Amino acid sequence: MTLKGKAWKFGDDVDTDLIIPARYLNTTDTEELARHCLEPVRPEWAGEVAPGDIIVAGRNFGCGSSREHAPIAIKGCGVAAVIAVSFARIFYRNAFNIGLPVVEAPEAAAAIAEGDTVEIVLEEGVVRRGEGGETFRFAPIPVFMMDLVREGGLIPWLQKEVKTER
Amino acid sequence: MAMTITEKILAAHAGRDAVVPGEIVRVPVDLALANDITAPLAIREFKRGGAKKVFDPDKVVLVPDHFAPNKDIMSAEQCKQMRDFARAMGIAHYYEIGRMGVEHALLPEEGLVRPGMVIIGADSHTCTYGAMGAFSTGMGSTDLAAAWITGWTWLKVPESMKFTVTGRMPRWVGGKDIILHILGKIGVDGARYRAMEFTGDAIRGLGLDGRLSMCNMAVEGGAKNGIIEADALVEDYLRGRTETAYVMHRSDDDANYVESLEIDVSGLEPQVARPHSPDNVAGVSDVGEVKIDQAFIGSCTNGRLTDLREAAAVLKGREVDPAVRLIVIPATQAVYAQAMREGLLEVFVEAGGAVSTPTCGPCLGGHMGVLAEGETAVATSNRNFIGRMGHTGSKVYLANPAVTAASAVLGRIASPAELNGRGGQ
Ligand code: SF4
Repeated sequence: MTLKGKAWKFGDDVDTDLIIPARYLNTTDTEELARHCLEPVRPEWAGEVAPGDIIVAGRNFGCGSSREHAPIAIKGCGVAAVIAVSFARIFYRNAFNIGLPVVEAPEAAAAIAEGDTVEIVLEEGVVRRGEGGETFRFAPIPVFMMDLVREGGLIPWLQKEVKTER
Repeated sequence: MAMTITEKILAAHAGRDAVVPGEIVRVPVDLALANDITAPLAIREFKRGGAKKVFDPDKVVLVPDHFAPNKDIMSAEQCKQMRDFARAMGIAHYYEIGRMGVEHALLPEEGLVRPGMVIIGADSHTCTYGAMGAFSTGMGSTDLAAAWITGWTWLKVPESMKFTVTGRMPRWVGGKDIILHILGKIGVDGARYRAMEFTGDAIRGLGLDGRLSMCNMAVEGGAKNGIIEADALVEDYLRGRTETAYVMHRSDDDANYVESLEIDVSGLEPQVARPHSPDNVAGVSDVGEVKIDQAFIGSCTNGRLTDLREAAAVLKGREVDPAVRLIVIPATQAVYAQAMREGLLEVFVEAGGAVSTPTCGPCLGGHMGVLAEGETAVATSNRNFIGRMGHTGSKVYLANPAVTAASAVLGRIASPAELNGRGGQ
């Protein structure tokens, strides 16, 4: 699976309260959550991000709460993937469970600048910057996680598993 | 093969003799918890999965604690979804307002947490139960839904870190201070994906409430779980709360740890985490002059009986500074009732504090004490991220209940030691 989009840069320790503040958690509506995505960090951002864009962040992205509303809000904005130096574990798991691919690629995360065009080839573990620009490698996404992304998340995957078992 | 407690619990559940860090195991789930924020998403996914029944209604727990008593119509709808689901699925462990408590204080009280269990919860502070020798970790709503359907989950076996805590605990220092001190040393991603195992004579000497506060904040170091070997204290606590048999594991002496740290608490003063991160830690005397607008005593970290007793010991016969709003929220109905019997609530009210029914309240900036722009609070909760308790231009300092109470009296962040000889009873 190849993803290509414009990069938006964020810093270290972007926590789930920054991704989607608790006051918006009285709904599970994707569009409503997306509207407030990353609001405390960049209030206008949710209106500027375009489908297919890619978030590029620092260390420990998604730390804090277990709220799945965080990756849902990001995916709801149309973001195709998140590249970071590292991810907090619950966020990492949640992202794949809802079908949002996230990539741990420290060098790529450091080198990519805001506005760069970024290409990610998930199965191969490759991130490319700009047209014919630098290439960075990351540990390819495990087969199981890729299946989750392809099926659109854990629940659709589970349904298919159950059908095949029968 | 030598193993840690965490590895032993996971191996036992996976039906294996041994597991090693890094491998992925599929394990049956003994308890699967969600709250009024995370359950609606889990219910949606559960239904999307076409499921009609939960795998075992006795192993599902639902607690409306975050925005309850309902703070607005949308929160009321979320709680109602949860209540309806509990009824439809025959889930007995649903706790209505008036019998409710903040989930991580409530479950141990209800006898639902036992050593050796595998517990997952759609709440990051599910790691709290490690204080009773269980493997417990936070996940998202979809993972919960999958577990409700199948009764299973997958887990990567974490590497373990060992924290040996020794020495005699000074007055006004407790579990909260030890964990803040540790977070200050390792940072908010210092234990990412790992198990934090706490041991040593200071931990053994700590009451259960203090141990729960410590494991509660393991996630603030990025950990998958916190864990403490269960002992006679835990057995005593469980007597009368559960009839179910349980297994108490202990780490082998030659078990493998990726890192081992030794901490001597003898000279430790109460610790404070400054804005905007739980690892921005200093001793209370090094914080400087910080005026506060609000003091909050409660949450799944420090809303238990021991915490309220500590706070009341400071507040007895004293008055809250007129410029400060003190909010006290006992973590569960049982804590509330006992605090009432002991006269603690009276101390808070007479000091000029506001006492509420159990709820998460201001901890996550939901209701019951949200901060305005430019305001500063000191709180006994576990997170002080930007905007955690309200406006993104507000600030939160994290401290233990005694420091929070003393700060409420003095109107600035202060140690209870400063009050010696100044009023009180
Ligand atoms: S008290 Fe705070 S940290 Fe604990 S469960 Fe409630 S919101 Fe989460």
